[in-house]
Amino acid sequence: MRLVALLLSLPRLLLRSALLALAQVWANKGRSILTTIGIVIGVAAVTTVIAALSGLRANVLRDFESIGAGKLFIFPHWPDQGTQRHASWRSIRFTPEQTEGLTEHCPSVECFTRQADRSGIAVEFDKQTTDAVIRGIEPEWHRIENRSVVLGRPFSLIDNEQAQPVCLVTESLRDRLRLDRQCMGQRVLVDGRYYLIVGVVEPPTDFGMFGGGPKEEEILIPFSTYWKTYGGRGWSYIIAVSKSPTVSDEARAEVSFFLRQRRHLKPGESDTFQIEVVQQYIDKFNQLSTMVTLVAGGIVGISLIVGGVGIMNIMLVSVSERTREIGLRKAVGAGAGAILMQFLVEAVVLCLIGGLIGLALGQAFTAALGKILGAKLEHAFIPGWAITLSLGFAAGVGVLFGMFPAVKAARLDPIEALRHE
Amino acid sequence: MMIQLDNLSKVYRVGVERIAALDGVSLGIGQNEYVAVMGPSGSGKSTLMNILGCLDRPSEGQYHLDGKLVHRLGGHALARIRNERIGFVFQSFELLPRLSALHNVELPLLYSGLGWLARRRRARGALERVGLADRIKHRPNQLSGGEKQRVAIARALVVQPRLLLADEPTGNLDSRTSEEILALFDRLHAEGQTIVMVTHEEEVAAHATRIIRMRDGRVASDLAAAEDRARRASAEGPTDKAKEGRP
Ligand SMILES: Nc1ncnc2c1ncn2[C@@H]1O[C@H](COP(=O)(O)OP(=O)(O)OP(=O)(O)O)[C@@H](O)[C@H]1O
Ligand SMILES: [Mg+2]
Repeated sequence: MRLVALLLSLPRLLLRSALLALAQVWANKGRSILTTIGIVIGVAAVTTVIAALSGLRANVLRDFESIGAGKLFIFPHWPDQGTQRHASWRSIRFTPEQTEGLTEHCPSVECFTRQADRSGIAVEFDKQTTDAVIRGIEPEWHRIENRSVVLGRPFSLIDNEQAQPVCLVTESLRDRLRLDRQCMGQRVLVDGRYYLIVGVVEPPTDFGMFGGGPKEEEILIPFSTYWKTYGGRGWSYIIAVSKSPTVSDEARAEVSFFLRQRRHLKPGESDTFQIEVVQQYIDKFNQLSTMVTLVAGGIVGISLIVGGVGIMNIMLVSVSERTREIGLRKAVGAGAGAILMQFLVEAVVLCLIGGLIGLALGQAFTAALGKILGAKLEHAFIPGWAITLSLGFAAGVGVLFGMFPAVKAARLDPIEALRHE
Repeated sequence: MMIQLDNLSKVYRVGVERIAALDGVSLGIGQNEYVAVMGPSGSGKSTLMNILGCLDRPSEGQYHLDGKLVHRLGGHALARIRNERIGFVFQSFELLPRLSALHNVELPLLYSGLGWLARRRRARGALERVGLADRIKHRPNQLSGGEKQRVAIARALVVQPRLLLADEPTGNLDSRTSEEILALFDRLHAEGQTIVMVTHEEEVAAHATRIIRMRDGRVASDLAAAEDRARRASAEGPTDKAKEGRP
């Protein structure tokens, strides 16, 4: 019964103690501000670091996202050891037959495209020439790369099966060659062969910090046409997409199993291909940023604790300065609990004020970071959990380091306290 | 009896020495009595007041307040009794310097669980009772000594205490201001307040209806005011008085 009554009266008691504490802090403005500097710096530092990290993270994740979190890049690879180490390119490269039926055998894979490209290919139309990369693709490529045909049509089944000499161009290649806007039906000369333009495809998405260097012009042809023309001489690989980024690991294992079977690799033999999963980089980055957060948190935790010692010191001064006040409050009926609460709340309020100033400073630093050009931190912001956590930690420091002075105050004997000079 | 003390003693240990500040005090104080406690310095007056006010516990003996055995209660219960039944007036006022008169008076009510509005009303009422309705917003350093003590008395009265304790309430005041305070006490007594007051001055004690004289922690005499005056006038003469004055 008494406990319930106590719990019910607690919010009011807390509120009153908080008001009292604010008045007390206000009365000693200068001193209070100086005392909280440790907390201020600690909170400002932690929030700025976390904001910078989350800004960086937002950038990096967005870039990964534009590549596609569920993507798997599968390409030929000479193993570091084993008999295949010095194998010829012919036995290492993918042949179209090897990857036939990949989606049926790998349930976690949504779709895939074979792809091959060569760069530095001359493209010509009506005396206009330019270098471009020629890329053989399959229909799923549009979905996987998120680049659809904006004018004309994509490659048809017939184009693919009969390895027709047709091509898709980008807008920039079209303009470079001074082709009409509606360029479908025109023929361009690519590497000494004529190709019929059937459509215009979207430009590649910007890969942000992963993209780099000047962009080459692109010309796309059906994979079968490419294979017929160049054989396996160029660089050929496979891009697959898992059903969702969360099953990327399963997809990777399935593809690996599937390819090993197709390539007749015996157990113990090394893979003659490599699979890169975008999600795995995201996971690695997340791990790294969590670690940096933890280390920063640890360092800041120490500075907060040092700040806490400052708080304890000033609270001890406060208790001894106000000994007579404590004596009087007890004489008029304040219990030990009320006095304890008063001083504890005062310490917490001090720390919270420091925390709030620190947050404001951190906010200012974060805004300043966003203004630094090239730092790519314009999306830096202090996440809600960091605000809650740092204020919570500041309050915790207040409780921890305010406890000793508060207990000291609560234990004072009223008669002796009133006799104190 | 409102207050019943039985064979009360208080012993302090200083090093190996034992100092009996109170040594077997037994007395009773009834409702609406106005008692002056007198005696030379060190005779145990303040010690007695502190025990009466539940600020301190006796080493031995029993203290009944309103029939309740008080001295064995725990700290929390004693704080409640101080808060609800006792008003304390100190020689040096003990006002909190940063608080206005009103807030100083309100202070005991903060620990009573009373609502905000009720606290304000009662604090104003108490200030009106001591004639300071127009000094509500003043801080202690904006008040005269007499006014400070009246604020302190208002603070003691605000909880409507059964017992008003005053340890040398006029000790820091000049004689004219002392008269004001004593007039206030007289009025409170007339209104039914029970008052126990420590003083060194016969003129101050003359306001009380009963005078307890202490010596070496013991009750030397305990008489009605008129009887006390008669005894002193007839027998020893004024010799004692000079000795009793504070050094
Ligand atoms: N905390 C203490 N420790 C040791 N001795 C104490 C303590 N408090 C009081 N005494 C002693 O108890 C005795 C009575 O003290 P008390 O304060 O009650 O005297 P008093 O009658 O109020 O004197 P005064 O008129 O000077 O105020 C004194 O001898 C004093 O030294
Ligand atoms: Mg005294």
